[in-house]
Amino acid sequence: MKFIRDQLDAVEPLFKKGGKLEKLYPIYEAQDTFLYTPGQVTKGTSHVRDAIDMKRMMSTVIVALLPCIFMALWNTGYQANYAIATQGAVPLQDSITGLGFISRDAIMQAVGLPYDPANQVSNLVHGALWFLPVYLVTMAVGGVCELIFSIIRGHEINEGFLVSGMLFPLTLPPTVPLWQVALGIAFGVVIGKEIFGGTGKNFLNPALTARAFLYFAYAAEMSGDKVWTAAGVAAGDGVDGYTNATILTGMSAAPVGTSPDAASTMGLSFWDCFIGWIPGSMGETSTLACLIGAAILIATGIGSWRVMAGVTLGALVTSMMLFAFRADIDYPLAYMNPIWHLVVGGFAFGTVFMATDPVSAAMTETGKWWYGGLIGLMTVLIRVINPAFGEGIMLAILFGNVMAPLIDFYAIQANVKRRAARYAAT
Amino acid sequence: MDHYIQLFLKSVFVENMALAYFLGMCTFIAISKNVKTAVSLGVAVVVIMALTIPANNLIFQYLVKPGALSWLGSEYAAYDLSFLGLISYIGTIAAMVQILEMTLDKFFPSLYQTLGIFLPLITVNCAILGGSLFMVERDYNFVESCVFGVGAGFGWALAIAALAGIREKLKYSDIPHGLRGLGITFMTVGLMALAFMSFGGM
Repeated sequence: MKFIRDQLDAVEPLFKKGGKLEKLYPIYEAQDTFLYTPGQVTKGTSHVRDAIDMKRMMSTVIVALLPCIFMALWNTGYQANYAIATQGAVPLQDSITGLGFISRDAIMQAVGLPYDPANQVSNLVHGALWFLPVYLVTMAVGGVCELIFSIIRGHEINEGFLVSGMLFPLTLPPTVPLWQVALGIAFGVVIGKEIFGGTGKNFLNPALTARAFLYFAYAAEMSGDKVWTAAGVAAGDGVDGYTNATILTGMSAAPVGTSPDAASTMGLSFWDCFIGWIPGSMGETSTLACLIGAAILIATGIGSWRVMAGVTLGALVTSMMLFAFRADIDYPLAYMNPIWHLVVGGFAFGTVFMATDPVSAAMTETGKWWYGGLIGLMTVLIRVINPAFGEGIMLAILFGNVMAPLIDFYAIQANVKRRAARYAAT
Repeated sequence: MDHYIQLFLKSVFVENMALAYFLGMCTFIAISKNVKTAVSLGVAVVVIMALTIPANNLIFQYLVKPGALSWLGSEYAAYDLSFLGLISYIGTIAAMVQILEMTLDKFFPSLYQTLGIFLPLITVNCAILGGSLFMVERDYNFVESCVFGVGAGFGWALAIAALAGIREKLKYSDIPHGLRGLGITFMTVGLMALAFMSFGGM
């Protein structure tokens, strides 16, 4: 350990003002503070400060994400292996997703793992073969964008990017082409965050901005029935995506008037959806993994429980209202049991990790309830009234981000008014 | 019922006057620096649109649409007064704003004070006329035009209020020099439009 410290100290003058590599100071600073606690202390009159800093906060979010990452690896592999082993699908041609120089199929052959959903190692390795390239491209491209901005604008490379760069791949379907991943994260980092001055100064969640950008720009690769399983079926002279609809899409195809129920339409029970072995974006299928993450975030005080509770309440109240008036409105999903809304369509992932982003969420405590409730309301409305957009929660959270400053404004005004009245009364 | 819900959601979100059609942009950008004035202007736009679009719908359905005069008798069925459309809609809007202003001044002075200059100002807001022209183009009936009027006005008001909130928050941001002012506002509006797309494809 001492050795690394010495090395860092030895090269430090190079990066300091007047040094040869002065312009690259953010790289040195990021390395140094990533490995060691910074030595700076508060100067002058001291303040009482929280021991937690941004670095620790972001690392905690990464820890809270670990169950989701594990499920992302496992479920992506499981879904693909299941389709290949029992549904007659074939491994997908790698030309489709842009990993041209080496075939995933060849790696699986080389390490001698069968496409067998009962083989947990095979599930994990196969899943990793899909998830890791997406993650690496995200980190490389997003990192370069962040680096360029930090050098030119003179701010530090921020750990916030580690979280955005982790969240973004988890929200993507496994078969997403890698060049789209690069384009998406570049848009998210530059337009969603850096043009406002970097972490803490933006108003939209950068990971969701990137996801929404891809969703509207490349709808064919980001939605539909064929992108959710990393396997293919032989079609003509090539391989077409294996058709496997997400739960929401499957249910919305149910005839109006019958209660759509994944057990009958897709052969999946409530607990299947809760644990997360269902088709969907890589990291957002498992409600269980998200609940573990939520427990960590709430226990450490990093994620706001008010926002999470607000979203859940908003979604439940709205879906119960729609369920109560289901006979008057002609939407298949209005017939769905309200509790189902909580386990499908990435609801838990969005609620726990996306809506609670402290930068883009409402800042006031009252505002957090309203902000959460608004997201819950919009999520269910989009799902039921507009089944074409299964990603209701993504757009609902972006809408919540847009409304958050306004909600805060009114929360503060209400407080001002209340206190003014109290002052006038005494 | 669901037809009207869809129409309302569509006019608020997907077909948002400001974010999807770029109508009323001058006031949208100019008056969105602080939330209070933005909300007053928004309320004025909601009221005016909710009144003028149904009023213009009556004019359209019973006076200027080709064959609209047939209620006077079958010999009038051949008349087509649609060339008078544009001028009657503008006239209605201007008259409506004047009447509303006088009514508010007389009966609700506090509201009149809040809305202040914005009432006469939005007579020339293109979102208002745009709303009436969309109503004509899509041939809405009276109830549809009421729903559309409220929805379109509400969508525009929501957009300007949210933009004002964001711009107040962005005062604390560290925006690159070249982008400060209008540049970042346009980019903000673009990102907001992304978030308002939630009911597309309906």
